[in-house]
Amino acid sequence: MIVIDAVTKRYPDGTTAVDRLTLEIPDRSITVLVGPSGCGKTTTLRMINRMVDPSGGRILLDGHDIRERPVNALRRSMGYVIQHAGLFPHRTVIENIATVPRLLGWDRSRARARGLELMERVGLDTALAKRYPYQLSGGQQQRVGVARALAADPPVLLMDEPFSAVDPIVRKGLQDELLRIQADLGKTVVFVTHDIDEAIKLGDMVAVLREGGRLAQYAPPAELLSAPADEFVEDFLGADRGIRHLSFFGTEGLELTAEPIVAEDATTEQVRAHTIPQTPYVLVTDTEGRPRGWTHAADRAAGLPTELLPYGHAFTYGQDSLRAALDSAVLSPTGWAVAVDAEGRAIGVAAQETIAAAIRGAHATVGPRDSVRGVLA
Amino acid sequence: MNLFGYAQQFFDAPGRWSGADGIPQRLLEHVQYSAVALLIAMVIALPVGLLTGHTGRGGNALSVLATAARALPSFGLLVLLTILMGLGMTPVMVPLVALAVPPILVTTYEAIRAVDPALVDAARGMGLPRWRVLAQVELPVALPLILSGIRSGAIQIVSTATIAAYVSFGGLGRYIVDGLSQVDYAKVVGGAILVAALALATLGFFWALNKVLVSPGVRRR
Repeated sequence: MIVIDAVTKRYPDGTTAVDRLTLEIPDRSITVLVGPSGCGKTTTLRMINRMVDPSGGRILLDGHDIRERPVNALRRSMGYVIQHAGLFPHRTVIENIATVPRLLGWDRSRARARGLELMERVGLDTALAKRYPYQLSGGQQQRVGVARALAADPPVLLMDEPFSAVDPIVRKGLQDELLRIQADLGKTVVFVTHDIDEAIKLGDMVAVLREGGRLAQYAPPAELLSAPADEFVEDFLGADRGIRHLSFFGTEGLELTAEPIVAEDATTEQVRAHTIPQTPYVLVTDTEGRPRGWTHAADRAAGLPTELLPYGHAFTYGQDSLRAALDSAVLSPTGWAVAVDAEGRAIGVAAQETIAAAIRGAHATVGPRDSVRGVLA
Repeated sequence: MNLFGYAQQFFDAPGRWSGADGIPQRLLEHVQYSAVALLIAMVIALPVGLLTGHTGRGGNALSVLATAARALPSFGLLVLLTILMGLGMTPVMVPLVALAVPPILVTTYEAIRAVDPALVDAARGMGLPRWRVLAQVELPVALPLILSGIRSGAIQIVSTATIAAYVSFGGLGRYIVDGLSQVDYAKVVGGAILVAALALATLGFFWALNKVLVSPGVRRR
């Protein structure tokens, strides 16, 4: 466990970057420091590996003051990932990854084997091992940065806005990869970002800092969304925090109806039999059961020419959150969300009203403080 | 007679390609003086440039010193030192070294300063000691620029090492000095052509050195 104990950082010009910050960072979990620029989040991170020395307070690693250890030994026991990866341009990918193992005296072949293993772990083709950083995309460079930080298997990983310089699609891939790696390795990760969505997605615990380096709230993301400590946190979370909170509720209890689903080669009788009073539409699937679109049931039964209305996107039942289900319903022109199984086959549909009821039900189980006001009329 | 005539006359002269006053011997002397002067200049300028660049301190003092050193007249210095110290290699070396120190010192300093701070941050954060940050990160990344500083110092030394001949030493300057005093223009032209060729060869040498020493990742090809 890393304990940040009443730590203050004041610069000679009088500015206070971090102000009596106290945080307990649990082992084997991702703790995110988030806040606007100037909130001291990066300074806090850099105090953990002594890139910055605090002006007051202390930081304990597993009960020992970090100042007790030689500074370079301390840093080698903590992986460090920075914004633009900071790869050494004169070294190949594999040499970059092997930096700390070589520093620790591993022989070349062992460091190399470890490097290749890590390339696979972070989702890099090992054919890139002999490339130089300038030959890689931004996302690949960042993966090398993560591999380099993990090379000597440090228990702690410090990440300073590692994904903020890549485009949103690549960033999502990197975030998913980090969560996958974390599920396998269980590092103590301290992650700095200014992006609240990233904080909520990645964090087991999220510390929201405000200007002047003061702690505004320290809580798991679901609690942050349901019970922001004050107006600052509420503003920082943004206007759609209620919607975002829904990502913490699963769809496994959601009531589906399988009635209005027909195969594309269905007969008039079958279409008629599958029409329900709540909606004039039925969902048409291909022969393998994958959704194709909505069609007007009565017109189709009457043999009139009909067109398929797009269904937006489906949600995977039991795996996606209520947020995905609600989104699916809102995007669907018929107002009904399409649920699919893991193989992508349509297993049922749900009306917006049904989803709204499920949301109310979910809130009821977590108590009145967690109610999401104004999400649904 | 035109330039080519002089040149032809010089290179065709009997005994030109052998003996104590032959081209191979004079060339060797010239290369020796230049190499020694360049080595001394590097020993002085590189450590200072690397350290000031790494710490970021002393940059102003450095540029003042460099500008002052550039203003030193090489020939004047040679004459002055020879009068003070008598004939010897030191009065020859001092002006040559003084010529090469400023470009090496200033470019080395600037080259290290220009290294992306994120690289240094990453290196320190991974637990590299300061000397390793300098030797294994800053130096290899700054190397192309540092080499260019050494190259311009080397070219200046090669072109100026002719002055050794004024104080009775050898080198390609011998042809120019002797040619002037003997009113033998073929010798002057021949000496000048050889000095220019050696300067070009020096350029080629540094081009090759760049290929060998600089990482393909920094050269980007």
